[in-house]
Amino acid sequence: MSVTFKSLETILDQYPPNPEHLISALQDVQAKFSYIPKEAMTAVCDHLGVPVSRGWAVATFYKAFSLEPKGEHEISVCLGTACHVRGARNVYEKFRRDLAIPGEEGTTKDLKFTLRQVRCLGCCSMAPVAQIDEEVHGGLSQRKAGTLLKQFRKR
Amino acid sequence: MQIKTLEDMQTAKKLGLAQLYPDKPKILVGMATCGLAAGAQKVFDLFQRKAQHEHWDGVVEKTGCIGFCYKEPLVDFILPDKPRLTYEQVTPDVAEELWSEISAGKIPEKHFLARLDIDDPILDGGPRKLYKGKLKGFLAKAPRYEDLDFFKLQRHLAMRNCGFVDPDNILHYIARGGYFALYKALTEMAPEEVIEAVTVAGLRGRGGGGFPTGVKWASCRKAQGWPKYVLCNADEGDPGAYMDRSLIEGDPHAILEGMLIGAYAIGSSEGYVYVRAEYPLAVKTLQRSILAAREAGLLGENIFGTGFSFDIKLNLGGGAFVCGESTALMASIEGKPGEPRAKYVHTVDKGLWNRPSNLNNVETWANVPLIIAKGADWYRDIGTEGSKGTKIFSLVGQVKNVGLVEVPMGISIKDMVNLIGGGVPETKEFKAIQIGGPSGGCIPRELWDLPIDFDSLWDAGAIMGSGGMIVMDDSTCMVDVAKFFLDFLIDESCGKCIPCRLGLKRMREILEEFSTGKGTVADLDELQSLAEAVKDGSLCALGGSAPNPVLSTLRYFREEYEAHVLRRKCPAAVCKELITYSINQELCNGCTACVQECPQGAITGEKKKPHQLNAALCIKCGACHEVCKFKAVEVF
Ligand SMILES: Cc1cc2nc3c(=O)[nH]c(=O)nc-3n(C[C@H](O)[C@H](O)[C@H](O)COP(=O)(O)O)c2cc1C
Ligand code: SF4
Ligand code: FES
Repeated sequence: MSVTFKSLETILDQYPPNPEHLISALQDVQAKFSYIPKEAMTAVCDHLGVPVSRGWAVATFYKAFSLEPKGEHEISVCLGTACHVRGARNVYEKFRRDLAIPGEEGTTKDLKFTLRQVRCLGCCSMAPVAQIDEEVHGGLSQRKAGTLLKQFRKR
Repeated sequence: MQIKTLEDMQTAKKLGLAQLYPDKPKILVGMATCGLAAGAQKVFDLFQRKAQHEHWDGVVEKTGCIGFCYKEPLVDFILPDKPRLTYEQVTPDVAEELWSEISAGKIPEKHFLARLDIDDPILDGGPRKLYKGKLKGFLAKAPRYEDLDFFKLQRHLAMRNCGFVDPDNILHYIARGGYFALYKALTEMAPEEVIEAVTVAGLRGRGGGGFPTGVKWASCRKAQGWPKYVLCNADEGDPGAYMDRSLIEGDPHAILEGMLIGAYAIGSSEGYVYVRAEYPLAVKTLQRSILAAREAGLLGENIFGTGFSFDIKLNLGGGAFVCGESTALMASIEGKPGEPRAKYVHTVDKGLWNRPSNLNNVETWANVPLIIAKGADWYRDIGTEGSKGTKIFSLVGQVKNVGLVEVPMGISIKDMVNLIGGGVPETKEFKAIQIGGPSGGCIPRELWDLPIDFDSLWDAGAIMGSGGMIVMDDSTCMVDVAKFFLDFLIDESCGKCIPCRLGLKRMREILEEFSTGKGTVADLDELQSLAEAVKDGSLCALGGSAPNPVLSTLRYFREEYEAHVLRRKCPAAVCKELITYSINQELCNGCTACVQECPQGAITGEKKKPHQLNAALCIKCGACHEVCKFKAVEVF
């Protein structure tokens, strides 16, 4: 999605020009574009009256913000404690191998998938858990992870 | 409906009761996050569709989570003059079967979990028997809730309404005695009396430190400055704890009512709930409940015509563990990076925007209406000497019955794991519980008679924390667990002070040496002294408690560390550099499952003949171990 003036305006309109709304406004930007585009950051900061440097300080501090565009499907693998003791690390590595992500987290070359780690999705009873887009998948194994990827590749 | 008087409350209650227990059948689907993750939405839609198509004279409703997360999706049937019937693992297919029986007036027997004979809303008028006369047939023999091991020792106080009410329906909450405690506080009690009750009840904070709630309120009431803020900590950062999420999704008004009572006691008219943005359903539920309370006149100006005014705003957290810390949380509400500050000036004096601020955890707030409605003495009777009331734990990890468990303080670890949890999976052995999250510790089997309360956990080197309780068995490596928590904390440290920023990194390096077989005995000592230095030298409690996972595993599992250092072995077979995979030639029957799964092509062999594993190619991913049905893949 391109950063149009219009789509930003609808976000900014909801907030009175007050620094206290910085995080909320950035959350809306993140939800809309799935990352924080530079132009959007400048617009948000101008509107709320905070220096852009403060905007970036906030955006880099909180995990919820991404500074790069994301893939079509977002896979968040839980590496929380409950998932960890049930073998989440091996499941994560399986995703990483199959998607050929070079770093710890990242996006595939074809922009089809973004793989990221999260700490607890609040579904610990189904550990190990991963969330793909809006769906939560529990009781994962390496094999199940492989099957899921195949399904999503076709979507 | 606007609620201004006691009569209004009674009217609302009547309306609500008629909805909770209608004179026609009702289907209730558990739709908290855990239920939804297990597929509850499809089940709900199916029931609704069927009911509509077949012009069924009944109600289909949603509710929160009663705690049996491992049995989700859960469905209840509430039939006039019958016990409430709970069904487990109701997939859409199962729902279809259940529907055909229930809509024909029959009582399904498959997938039955338990029946509830008596509904005790706690706050209101005492228990209510759901049927008259004697039960016959299947129902007479069907297990009751209190017959289930998972439930026997539980007592749902904070969770009193979870799984009973539709969280979006304020009338349901009122019908079970909700907002009557607020009415009582505002019309019969002076603020000081409210504080006194909470103090005498012995309520301690459920979010971490267990600080006496009444004492905190009293200092905030005394503090100079205006306005004063009442805050709710719903950041729930401990990875493995989800009781706050569940409370919000199941019974949001209990939290709002607690905050209202607290605000009255402290003298505040503005409140904030700081909630994790990663909990979308909790956020929506809170938004809706705040609107509903406003519409009813229970938030806003001149509540119950008493002149008391209070309103609540919602603030979404950006996903940083440190923001659960009080000063960081307040910085974050102000729109800044969530960095803690030194607390020589207390937040009750100068907190949010430098004004007096009182922060309590979600579960703490949910307990408040109970104390006001039932009295401090009633509350004091529950729990142990120093820890009153109940606590919700998320019992997760290597245990059969995973879920949310609310028990009186003082229950033993053994009962928790073996009775409520149903023990660790067969073929495994219980090793430890980890409690208190990244600031907590591991408690070994030798101590499993320990009563769980604030003080005994502290003495044992752990903390209550928010109540995440992760069960570990012999497949968990303690060095790996210590490493896991350090990774988490290094990531989450805000970096403001040196012991936390650099000390944790160095500790992590030492652990890495252990888990790769390069450690020495001298490193063990360095780890210990570093841990103590970080504990003493850090600015905020994140750093101050960060060494706990290391210190407690060193204290109770030193031999396991020594095995890594002296023998270069990982007894739990987790640390990759210290283990090798091989195939037991006698157990392998040549099914080729592992051959297909191995990403490295490291396993070869013909069908029906024992396979060979080439250790030089093996990356120790464990894929073969996972798929082998014959336990032929061995790890040493
Ligand atoms: C690093 C850190 C993280 C914390 N995270 C939480 C949290 O997620 N939820 C919470 O209620 N308290 C958390 N706390 C404790 C809070 O600082 C505070 O003590 C608590 O919210 C007070 O409420 P209570 O007295 O009702 O427990 C955390 C503390 C620290 C140091
Ligand atoms: S102890 Fe750690 S988290 Fe706390 S202020 Fe210091 S660096 Fe930040
Ligand atoms: S630890 Fe993975 S969902 Fe909670």
